[in-house]
Amino acid sequence: MATGTEPHPPRGGVRTGTRAAIAAPHLRTDRWWLTPAATAAGLLAFVVYSTWRAFANTDYYAAPYVSPFYSPCLAENCAPMRGGPNWEVFGAWWGLSPALLILIFPLGFRLTCYYYRKAYYRGFWASPPACAVAEPHAKYTGETRFPLVLQNVHRYFFYAALLVAGILTYDTVLAFRDETYAWGHMGLGTLVFLVNIVLIWAYTLSCHSCRHIVGGRLRHFSRHPVRYRMWGLVSRLNGRHALLAWASLVSVALADFYVYLLATGAFDDPRLF
Amino acid sequence: MSSYQARFEVWRGDAGGGGLEDFEVEVNDGEVVLDIVHRIQATQAPDLAVRWNCKAGKCGSCSAEVNGRPRLMCMTRMSVFGREETVTVTPLRAFPVVRDLVTDVGFNYAKAREVPAFVPPPGLGPGEYRMMQEDVDRPQEFRKCIECFLCQDTCHVVRDHEENKPAFAGPRFLMRVAELDMHPLDAAEEGGLDRKRTAQDEHGLGYCNITKCCTEVCPEGIRITDNALIPLKERAADRKYDPLVWLGSKIRRRPSP
Repeated sequence: MATGTEPHPPRGGVRTGTRAAIAAPHLRTDRWWLTPAATAAGLLAFVVYSTWRAFANTDYYAAPYVSPFYSPCLAENCAPMRGGPNWEVFGAWWGLSPALLILIFPLGFRLTCYYYRKAYYRGFWASPPACAVAEPHAKYTGETRFPLVLQNVHRYFFYAALLVAGILTYDTVLAFRDETYAWGHMGLGTLVFLVNIVLIWAYTLSCHSCRHIVGGRLRHFSRHPVRYRMWGLVSRLNGRHALLAWASLVSVALADFYVYLLATGAFDDPRLF
Repeated sequence: MSSYQARFEVWRGDAGGGGLEDFEVEVNDGEVVLDIVHRIQATQAPDLAVRWNCKAGKCGSCSAEVNGRPRLMCMTRMSVFGREETVTVTPLRAFPVVRDLVTDVGFNYAKAREVPAFVPPPGLGPGEYRMMQEDVDRPQEFRKCIECFLCQDTCHVVRDHEENKPAFAGPRFLMRVAELDMHPLDAAEEGGLDRKRTAQDEHGLGYCNITKCCTEVCPEGIRITDNALIPLKERAADRKYDPLVWLGSKIRRRPSP
């Protein structure tokens, strides 16, 4: 009896049809709700914070540090940053916050990221809320249709994220100046930027699309020893993709908040040398 | 050796109905849930139906849901539960129940038949296959599968949506497609079978939203999502959603890399 292969099986889930008659949607006794709740809370906190900062259009530059939310700054209304990432490709007509021009790329990268997909499908959409816990939706088509079929463009956001990570690396190099733009100095902010850029690179390179591009798409590793080695390195990072996703999310928010504190005068950057 | 009396709730019934039945049963050090189910069968409910075989986590027969989590009963130690805790054992809830803890897993066999088999390379006879270890490492991980179907049971695509069963092969058989597509000697493509494209078009890869429950429940520790399903999604994207890869394949035709 090959069940489930009929042309049009009836709709239903664990409580319907010929399945064991159990009224409860799940019988889990552990705190299965904790992880999706914590994930949703963490993501929501970041969304609220980043939305405020992205639309604020102020307090994003305190020499020599530029907030990662505003780098590169692509409009004419950007704060002038000496030697910094000012590229006015959008000219004067752009009247909104310049952060909106650039944040679309890291946002798209994270939104289509395989880890974050798991996180928000579980945390926000309860699809499913946890393993073997019935989801509340009557219908499910997954990523077969618009708009979720667009998740397949993840690799293009990965390419964009490489460029953004390159620019943030440049910003970190610029952070080895002091407030008079003299080179060869470090402050606490430089350390914050260093930690952030290491985590951003680690997260970006641990991406599943990156793993596929550097070697995963090959059938014969033995014919491509260099790519096989690169694939191995990316695979090791990839095993910690979720951890790196969270660590880099927190670090980028902290780097921005640090610049905000300096720019508003609430805090002075302790200089190390 | 210490022993105690544990409280168990075991689902009993068939396709016509049923419910959880209470049992008080002795538990000894080192025992697993399957031992206790066997003790219930031996002492209190001789007609309790349960499917089992190796008692070593290798045959994949004793799949059930213990406290709501899909698990092998033979690999679930009683020591992970508190002594005061009531342990609930039910059949797999994604498949039609036959009786008590036994379900009809025929869905999986039907899906297995839908995946085209390995295509032998032309010009090589039996005993002439030669492969490098690094080329077979990936498919070998997937060969650890014991076909317990816990991943199929926990996957919400079919667990919560019976209507998706015709369209979706489930993680175990998408992993089989990935295994064959990564196989260094599979000649399907030369014969006109594009496993990357059919994964999406015929086996329902797009339904997977990579929430990783299959990986969480796999008793063999196979990283199904990271090593099979996501790489397969990326391979399908190569074929169907990446204009640059498509253009490259049109400009420069070459054998499989």
